Amino acid sequence: MNATAITNEMIEAPAPRKSGAGADRAFEWITAGAAWFVLLLLAGIALSMAWGGRLAFETFGWRFITSSDWDAVNGKFGALVPIYGTLATSAIALIIAVPISIGIALFLTDIAPRWTRGPIAIAIELLAAIPSIIYGMWGLFVFAPFMATHVEPWLADHLGNKALVGPLFSGPPIGIGMLTAGIVLGIMVVPFIAAVAREVFSAVPPPLRESAIALGATRWEVLRSVTLPYTRSAVIGAIFLGLGRALGETMAVTFVLGNAHDLSLSLLMPSNSIAAAIANEFTEADTDLYRSSLIALGFLLFVVTLIVLTIAKLLLMRVNRQMGRTS
Amino acid sequence: MNDTATALRIRPMDAADLATTSTTGPGAIAMRDLNFYYGKAHALKNVNMTVPTHAVTAIIGPSGCGKSTLLRTINRIYELYPEQYATGEIVIDGRNVLERRYPLSDLRRLVGMVFQKPTPFPSSIRSNVAFALSYYEKLSKSELNDRIEDALRQAALWDEVKDKLNQSALGLSGGQQQRLCIARTIAVKPEILLLDEATSALDPISTAKVEELIHELRERFTIVTVTHNMQQAARISQRTAFFHLGELIEFGKTSDIFTNPHEQRTRDYITGRYG
Amino acid sequence: MAIPARRRAADITAFVFATLATALGLIFLFWILWMTLRQGAAALRPSLFMQMTPPPGASGGILNALYGSAMMILVAVVIGTPIGVAAGTYLAEHGRHTRVAKVASFINDILLSAPSIVIGLFVYELVVRSAGHFSGYAGALALGIILLPIIVRTTEESLRLIPDTLREAGFALGLPRWRVTRQIIYKAAMSAILTGILLGVARIAGETAPLLFTALNNQFWSADLNAPLANLPVVIFQYAMSPYDEWHSLAWAGAFVLTAFVLILNILVRLLARKGRK
Repeated sequence: MNATAITNEMIEAPAPRKSGAGADRAFEWITAGAAWFVLLLLAGIALSMAWGGRLAFETFGWRFITSSDWDAVNGKFGALVPIYGTLATSAIALIIAVPISIGIALFLTDIAPRWTRGPIAIAIELLAAIPSIIYGMWGLFVFAPFMATHVEPWLADHLGNKALVGPLFSGPPIGIGMLTAGIVLGIMVVPFIAAVAREVFSAVPPPLRESAIALGATRWEVLRSVTLPYTRSAVIGAIFLGLGRALGETMAVTFVLGNAHDLSLSLLMPSNSIAAAIANEFTEADTDLYRSSLIALGFLLFVVTLIVLTIAKLLLMRVNRQMGRTS
Repeated sequence: MNDTATALRIRPMDAADLATTSTTGPGAIAMRDLNFYYGKAHALKNVNMTVPTHAVTAIIGPSGCGKSTLLRTINRIYELYPEQYATGEIVIDGRNVLERRYPLSDLRRLVGMVFQKPTPFPSSIRSNVAFALSYYEKLSKSELNDRIEDALRQAALWDEVKDKLNQSALGLSGGQQQRLCIARTIAVKPEILLLDEATSALDPISTAKVEELIHELRERFTIVTVTHNMQQAARISQRTAFFHLGELIEFGKTSDIFTNPHEQRTRDYITGRYG
Repeated sequence: MAIPARRRAADITAFVFATLATALGLIFLFWILWMTLRQGAAALRPSLFMQMTPPPGASGGILNALYGSAMMILVAVVIGTPIGVAAGTYLAEHGRHTRVAKVASFINDILLSAPSIVIGLFVYELVVRSAGHFSGYAGALALGIILLPIIVRTTEESLRLIPDTLREAGFALGLPRWRVTRQIIYKAAMSAILTGILLGVARIAGETAPLLFTALNNQFWSADLNAPLANLPVVIFQYAMSPYDEWHSLAWAGAFVLTAFVLILNILVRLLARKGRK
């Protein structure tokens, strides 16, 4: 080994480090840029919705939200019916989905034999994987006729003339309507809430559960007095997540809600939701005002969903921190 | 060996102890040919032991010797987990509590358990203590309040919480939470108290308070306490059982075990040869 | 003295309710799948995969729809994956100490559940309006925007799971950071990232709403992504809502193909995950 060879080796060694630093910075910029892209995307969507809807907002002002007119011919548009339909179907969906999801979570964490828990959990998750258009088709061709033949007549007969709830169940049982749409929506939302509930139910520390059981509590009492209070934030977060999904759901609702622009108290009657209205009418919207009204609807939906999902995320983040995770 | 006795500050059993404790009275626990399995693992091997009433029995031994398992066998909390099962008998008040026919609800009322980590329920102090009372007895509102106060006094917690009964139990300090758990457990007036390393997670001052509490409680309950702290076992118990690898090696008066154990393994553990 | 009747009744009620709730969920699952299978299988013919979408009264297939969907999904994956993986990498590596990363992660999760129809409107305003016509590219862009948060999330989570010791070993060898990430970390997380892509594809394959006013639909065969492009979900939608029976049966066939595709992808993902765990 002579001196020249050693010197050459030593000169060559640092070079790769330098290009490494340059490439490092480039890599840093690219990945940071992608992260910023996500932020800008959200801002872009919000802004473009607001911009596209400005004509409608300028023309109608606050009356846009309070008016139930929907007259394409005369250019009068109001968001009341779609807003009402969206809220009503989502409310029905949650009323159905929340107890069922908690029931499923209880079943999977406490009742089912251990070897069945995996397969059943996977089956419930498959409900979330089925595309919403399939729910829509099934809703239109299978479930709505089922409701029209077996369920709605019963409801109309037995509840249609009672005080208070009567107006909710009056009208011809055609199957298409808020109730059917709400139920289909509810089924779609179940796997989301159930998955979170199941995860947090099984994360209740065993000593806490055992303390209650050692005192003689039954399964139901442990759920009510220990598990649910302990997992309260997570469960509420999951419910908001389900609400966020229900509000924005398009295809399942479009098939079975009926695209009617009349405000009706009865759940058996057809109605409209924001997403369904946009889906059904956007390609036919021939005037700027018509289009702008639909985009304005989209803006409203986006803002409300944004708020609901933010609340959900905040609640679930708090739970993750409680459980020691860092995300 | 007398150095050990002084070092561990053992109180010699006095006549009062001898008078009140018994092995056949209500609350005595007679274990016969008790075996316990976690699936294939044989965790308790042929345990024969009688825990006397109105006394504190300490279970000591190195990690994994079966101390906690023994406790969890007595109140059958292991039945939550399908791979775990026990054979043999545990006789309390003349009945074998391991029998399928023996109702768990009776057992859970008879035997109370306090865990290592304080486990206050996420609700108010009042509802923590009252938690199980409504299960077992029909009480009027004033009777309920009396029982709550009674339990909190017995747990030496009343003075500290009497003005904030409706506040969340989670706001109490660790030592207070553990005393709350004790209050909750004794509110239903069990005969037997199982303490599973109940002071391990507490600071020294809280530990001292709980030890004092245990000393008072033994007049009314049969107490079995698992502890890895030998000094504590020597301080608070009248009987000590030494376990090793699932077997009961030696069982006798605490003062005897710590000053003059019969078995070599006991001697080795006490003098710290292994731990 | 056993448990008093009142408490026992409450416990049994809870038990029965929980069991019924689960049974209900499973019943609906099987009902939906069974109906799709039955109606769809009845309409399955080889011509489905060889002919184009027909006018009412004529027979036909869904070939153009399948092609269009496949094309758009492909373009969406090509657009969404690089950005998604890059963003996910940034969030994983810097998520604990930069404000940008924390906010971006938060926003990403919100985008994940945002209404897809709003995304369709956004792409309409951005692309279709300025271009003056509907196009497959617009549709692919909309699908890509829906795919993006999914990839970001799975990339971020799987990179977070890689233990720091692996990174440190790379640095100790003198590798620059980007090499460590590319050659070591990505390799280790590859199957998880791939799983994320597959899950994302399963999700966007079934998305209808964003395509309604971006790609629209095309009656005929077209390989031109710069024009309205046939696609499976919109075909199913239009044919199902129509009054013609033959169109209904074709819609069911399409629904069957779509569902089968999505379910097979899901099973594939689970198998991959299990293999990864071993």
